[in-house]
Amino acid sequence: MSTTLIEVTTRQRNSESWEEPFFINMGPQHPSTHGVLRLVLELDGETIVNCDPRIGYLHRGVEKLAENLNYNQTIVLSDRLDYIASAANNIAFCLAFEKLFGLEVPRRARLLRTIVGEMARIASHLLWLATHALDIGAMTVFLYCFRDREWLLNIFEKICGARLTHSYVRVGGVRLDFTKDIIDELYKFTEEFPQRILEYETLIDVNRIWLKRTRDIAVVTAEEAINLGLTGPVLRGSGVPYDVRKFRPYDAYDEVEFEIPVGERGDTYDRYRVRMQELRQSNRIIRQCLDKLPETEGEPVLAEGAPDLLMPEKVKEPEPKPHPKKGFIFTGKEVNIVPPGEAFASIESPKGELAVYVVSDGSNKPWRLRIRTPSFVHIFAIPELTRGHMIADLIAIIGTLDVVLGDCDR
Amino acid sequence: MDSTIIMFFSALVILLIAMFHVAYLTYAERKIIARMQQRLGPNRVGPRGLLQPIADVLKLIQKEDIIHPGVDRPIFAIAPLISLVCAASGLALIPLWDRFVLSNLNVGLLFILALSSLSAYGVILSGWASNSRYSFLGALRASAQVISYEIAMSLSLLSVVLMAGSFNLQDIVKAQLSTPYKIYLIPQIVAFFVFMVSALAETNRVPFDLPEAETELVAGYFTEYSGIRFAIFYLAEYFGMIVMSALAVTCFLGGYAGPFEVPGLPFIWFLIKVYAFLFFYIWVRATLPRYRYDQLMGLGWKVLIPLSLLNLFVTAFIKLLV
Repeated sequence: MSTTLIEVTTRQRNSESWEEPFFINMGPQHPSTHGVLRLVLELDGETIVNCDPRIGYLHRGVEKLAENLNYNQTIVLSDRLDYIASAANNIAFCLAFEKLFGLEVPRRARLLRTIVGEMARIASHLLWLATHALDIGAMTVFLYCFRDREWLLNIFEKICGARLTHSYVRVGGVRLDFTKDIIDELYKFTEEFPQRILEYETLIDVNRIWLKRTRDIAVVTAEEAINLGLTGPVLRGSGVPYDVRKFRPYDAYDEVEFEIPVGERGDTYDRYRVRMQELRQSNRIIRQCLDKLPETEGEPVLAEGAPDLLMPEKVKEPEPKPHPKKGFIFTGKEVNIVPPGEAFASIESPKGELAVYVVSDGSNKPWRLRIRTPSFVHIFAIPELTRGHMIADLIAIIGTLDVVLGDCDR
Repeated sequence: MDSTIIMFFSALVILLIAMFHVAYLTYAERKIIARMQQRLGPNRVGPRGLLQPIADVLKLIQKEDIIHPGVDRPIFAIAPLISLVCAASGLALIPLWDRFVLSNLNVGLLFILALSSLSAYGVILSGWASNSRYSFLGALRASAQVISYEIAMSLSLLSVVLMAGSFNLQDIVKAQLSTPYKIYLIPQIVAFFVFMVSALAETNRVPFDLPEAETELVAGYFTEYSGIRFAIFYLAEYFGMIVMSALAVTCFLGGYAGPFEVPGLPFIWFLIKVYAFLFFYIWVRATLPRYRYDQLMGLGWKVLIPLSLLNLFVTAFIKLLV
C-alpha cells in the first residue's frame, strides 16, 4: 500500500479535493487467492491502482525447524513447501545434501528420481490448469484435470504409499524401487496422457472468451521478467529459454531429450501455452526414463554410504586408555558425521527455480538451511503486473504466476 | 366473484408447479453438469438423490438468518423479495396453452420486460444495503449489466412485435402459427441470437455471471446473506431462467404449438421446448469461462445492440414492402 492510514488522514486534512481511495481487502480467506494470500487493493472503479501482497499466514518456520532435525528428517519438511509437487522439493534438498556428503547416486535411482520429478511436474501443472481455468470461470476443465491428477496420485501411492507428501527421495537415492506393476501403469499413463492434454485444449485453447481473458493480460517482457526475478514457466513465457534442467543438468536430465518451450509475447496466454507444452515434454521425459529402466535392472537404488534414516547424534572414535583399576577405559574425541562446509543445489521445480543452500558444522543437523522458493519471488511480481488491470485480471494473474502459499511462507 | 376465486386458484397452482420446477431445475442442473464433468452429482438423499432439492430447502429454512449490524435493515430484508417477485410474476403472462393464460394483458411483452428490469433493483439494493465492499462491487456490476443488456433484449423482441403486430403474447403465438414456417426462429434468427445472449446476461448466468463471480467477488451482491434470504436469491435466479426460456419459446418457437396434437396433454410441447432451453442454459454453464466486466459491456454495446438495431430496421423495411 502506497498510502498508510496516517498518510491518508493527513492528506485528507491537507486538501479538500482529495478523495479517500477505495480499498478492498482480498484474502486471506478468499476463494481464488490459492490459499492464504492476502492482497490489499486500492481501486479506482474496478481498475487496480495499487496492490499490496501480505504474506506469512502459512509461516511454519521450515528453515529454523531444519536446524533442529537431522538431514534425513529435513526431507519430510521439504514435502510441506510446495505441497502440490513435493517430489521436486525432495529432490532439491537431497541434491544439496548429497553434494555436502559427497555421495554418488546410482543410475537407477537417478532415473527413478527423474520420473518422480516429472510426475510431480505434471501433477502440479494439472492443478495449476484446473485452478486457473476455474478462476476464469471454466468449471469443467477443473474437474477434467482433477480426474487425471487423481490417476497420477494413485500411481504415487503405489510407489511410496503417500499421495501428496511423498518423502520418496532419500539422501543418496530413493526409498524403494519401482515394481513391475508401477512401470506398467506409468506406460499406460504416458500412452494416454497426450490425448488428455488435447481434451483440455479443445475446451479452452481457441475459446474466444478464454483468449479475451488471457491475451495481452499481464505482459512481461524478457527484461522485466529477469529483473523481477521470475523463473520457470513464467520466465519462459516471456521468451527466455532458461531451464535448470538443461543448463545445470541434475539427476538423469543429461540422458534424456526434451525441448524448452518458450512464449513470444509474455502474456498470460503464452504462459498457459508454455505450461501445456511442458506437460507434453514431461510426458516425453517420463517415457524415455521408463525405456532406460531395464538397462539398470537390479542395481541398488540407494548409494553406498548413504546416511541412516536416524542419523546418530554423535560419533566417537574409540580410543583405549589405561586405567589404574579397570585396566582400560574407552574415551574418544568426537568425529564429524558429515563433512563441514556448504553446498548449493538448484532444480527446476514446476513453479520455477527452487534452490537450497546448506551450511554444515559437522554435526548431524544442518547449521543453516536456506531455501529460495519461486512462489515467494513470484508473489512480489503481482503489484508490478496488476497495475492498471481490473479485478478480474488480478485473478488471472495470480493464477498465471502459479503461486503456492506453502511454498512462499515456508 | 367466481372468476376471482378461479383466478386465485389457478395462480396458486401455477406457482406451485413453477416452484416444483425450480426445485428440480437445481437438481437437474447439478446432475447434468455432474454428468458432463464426469462425476456423480447428488446421490445420497432418496433414490438417485431425487429428494436432494427438498433437503436443501429444509436445510436453508432452518439456517440462522444472520443480519450483521452494519446493514440497512429494512432494505436488506426487502431486497431478496423484490428479486423474487419480479422474476416470478413474469410467468403469469406466458400463454401456456391457447385457452390458458393467467393474465392476458395487451402489453404482456412490455410488462415482462419491465419486470425483468425491476429485478435489478433487488440486486442493487441488496448490494447497497449490505454495506460490504464485495457486495457493492457486485451490485454495481449487476446494474450496469442489466441496463445494457435490457436494451439489446428489448430491441430484439421489438422485431418480433413488428412481425406479429401485437404486444400481447397470445397474439404473438397466433401470429407465428399463421406464418409459413410456424415459428419466428427462422425469419428472426438474428433477433433470436441476440435474445439468447441477452437472456443469459439478464439472468446472470455463465458466461455473464459477473455480479456473483465467485472467484472474484466471493458471492457478489449476496455475499452477506444467509439462510432463507440467500435461498430466495437463488429462487429468483432460477425463476428468471424459467421465465426467460418461456419467453423465448413464446416469441420464437411458436409457444404451445407442436408438430402434432397430443391428446390430453395440452402443455406438453410448451414444456418440452422450455426444458430444451433450460438444458441449453446448463450446457453453457458447463462449457464456457467467464467474461471480464469491460468485455461484457463491450459485447453488449458494440455487438448486440447494433446487431439488433440493424435487424429491427431490416424487419421494419421488409414489413413496409410486403
